[in-house]
Amino acid sequence: MTDLSVSVSSNAHLASQQPLPEAPAKVTVRNLNFYYGEHHALKNINLTLGTNRVTAFIGPSGCGKSTLLRIFNRMYDLYPGQRVTGQLMLDQTNILDPKLDLNLLRARVGMVFQKPTPFPMTIYENIAFGIRLYEKISKSEMDDRVEKALRGGALWNEVKDKLNASGLSLSGGQQQRLCIARTVAVRPEVILFDEPCSALDPISTAKVEELIQELSENYTIAIVTHNMQQAARVSDKTAFMYLGELIEFDDTSKIFTSPSDRRTQDYITGRFG
Amino acid sequence: MAVESNVIDAAGPYDRAKALSAFKLGDLTFYWITRLSAISVLLILGGIIISLIVGAFPAMKAYGLSFLWTQRWAPSADPPVLGALGPMYGTLVTSFIAMLIAIPVGLGIAIFLTELCPQWLRRPIGMAVELLAGIPSIIYGMWGFFVLGPFLANTFQPFMIKIFDGVPVLGAIFAGPPSYLSLFNAALILAIMVLPFITSISVDVFKTVPPVLKEAAYGVGCTTWEVVRSVVIPYTRVGIIGGVMLALGRALGETMAVTFIIGNSFRISSSIFAPGTTISAAIASEFAESDGLHQSGLILLGLLLFVLTFFVLAGARLMLLRLEKKAGK
Repeated sequence: MTDLSVSVSSNAHLASQQPLPEAPAKVTVRNLNFYYGEHHALKNINLTLGTNRVTAFIGPSGCGKSTLLRIFNRMYDLYPGQRVTGQLMLDQTNILDPKLDLNLLRARVGMVFQKPTPFPMTIYENIAFGIRLYEKISKSEMDDRVEKALRGGALWNEVKDKLNASGLSLSGGQQQRLCIARTVAVRPEVILFDEPCSALDPISTAKVEELIQELSENYTIAIVTHNMQQAARVSDKTAFMYLGELIEFDDTSKIFTSPSDRRTQDYITGRFG
Repeated sequence: MAVESNVIDAAGPYDRAKALSAFKLGDLTFYWITRLSAISVLLILGGIIISLIVGAFPAMKAYGLSFLWTQRWAPSADPPVLGALGPMYGTLVTSFIAMLIAIPVGLGIAIFLTELCPQWLRRPIGMAVELLAGIPSIIYGMWGFFVLGPFLANTFQPFMIKIFDGVPVLGAIFAGPPSYLSLFNAALILAIMVLPFITSISVDVFKTVPPVLKEAAYGVGCTTWEVVRSVVIPYTRVGIIGGVMLALGRALGETMAVTFIIGNSFRISSSIFAPGTTISAAIASEFAESDGLHQSGLILLGLLLFVLTFFVLAGARLMLLRLEKKAGK
């Protein structure tokens, strides 16, 4: 184990691969604590998500990555007995404000889940549904928006001839891209991905990863993943979490080449997790 | 191999084939018992239909198809004049009004229980709904007769009659005079009686909606109402319609409570506050003193109820198929 520090320092030159310049903060987390009833699930988390950057969250199962993600859009609010303390800002908005309009917040902070979750309606309606919640637009405008969203989800060419088929008739990978298109259609500012590829085959995974890269030009993205290579491929910053604590948060290239914490090193080299 | 032969040696004189053949006998018995149970359903159903047709045959011969559109019901005339229009109308109208009330209320209770209700209130409400299903129908009848009927006749009915007085169509539907015994009274009791069916089945199917699907809907910014309307109900529609059909079947055939409070009048009135009758109520109130053609006419009414229920349920199933097509399959 003692040779680790040596290998870390010898890899240090890799970290100089030009990380992107520091972006202005989109989401700011300060001293965040989260409780499932008595269980203290997140301990004093501090970090920022940079505007139009991809931030990856890695760590062993149960470390609190998904929990943290579900605080960003207040999804935990659906369940009694879960509470949070600390500060969480989306630009100038306090996400934790109990008086905050949750529907508006969730329009600004979209989420894509581990399992594809198409709604029980047609492909077209799956996209139009979310748009209709916020905007009254004509049929032709809606057609436009749906097409744009499906293109944004890299799905248009595959479904343009069967927009009236059920969303459930698509394959798993297509369903997941449909869900991404649906999220994009609402024009959020932040998109949360909770292990978006864990139920997908390698080809669909590659498509979704490519999509995430493209989306990062316009959106601030947070992604939870168990796949280390995926985190390395798609993200600009990486946060390593362990047992409810944020162990290390830095440029992705630095985390994967010369992490400063021993536990990060052990995790990314596969010694535990 | 060595291990295997050792095992067989250790088993000694134990004959595996013989032991298995004993199981085989059990299996065969089991197969035939289940098969006979299933067949008995067909036999019972067929027997009921045949005996209904045999019993109704004299009336069928005497009245023919005009039985269906004759309103007059005069069993003591000579020869008796019998027509099923009144009871058929009453059956359909009371069931329709009952479903009109019970579906939204039942779904509303189910949605509240699964989506909105604080944990501590869930059990009491859920248990109350189930107890509602356990009340014998004769008690509903008595309550409707002694409490609900007078209450409606003194408060709700005069109010509705006054509001809609002079309005076309609605004025005729809510026409006076108020009555303790009426179609509406019976429909309301029916609604209360079928409510538990709709609610408990809906609660069960609502619980099958994956939480992540609901979260996804909340995630694009839906309110609870939008999640329920656009995700929960479409996702569970087959189950909900199943519950509604069960409730409808019960409403069409419910006898005791309805006989108490519907007034047993064979005349068709446009007003839902007027007395009426249903097929089952007519049979229940007259069968004991009937004979000859009158009895045969009542059996024919029973056969009609059978057919009516069949068509209503078949129609509901057809609607379900069309809904599925519309949702895109």
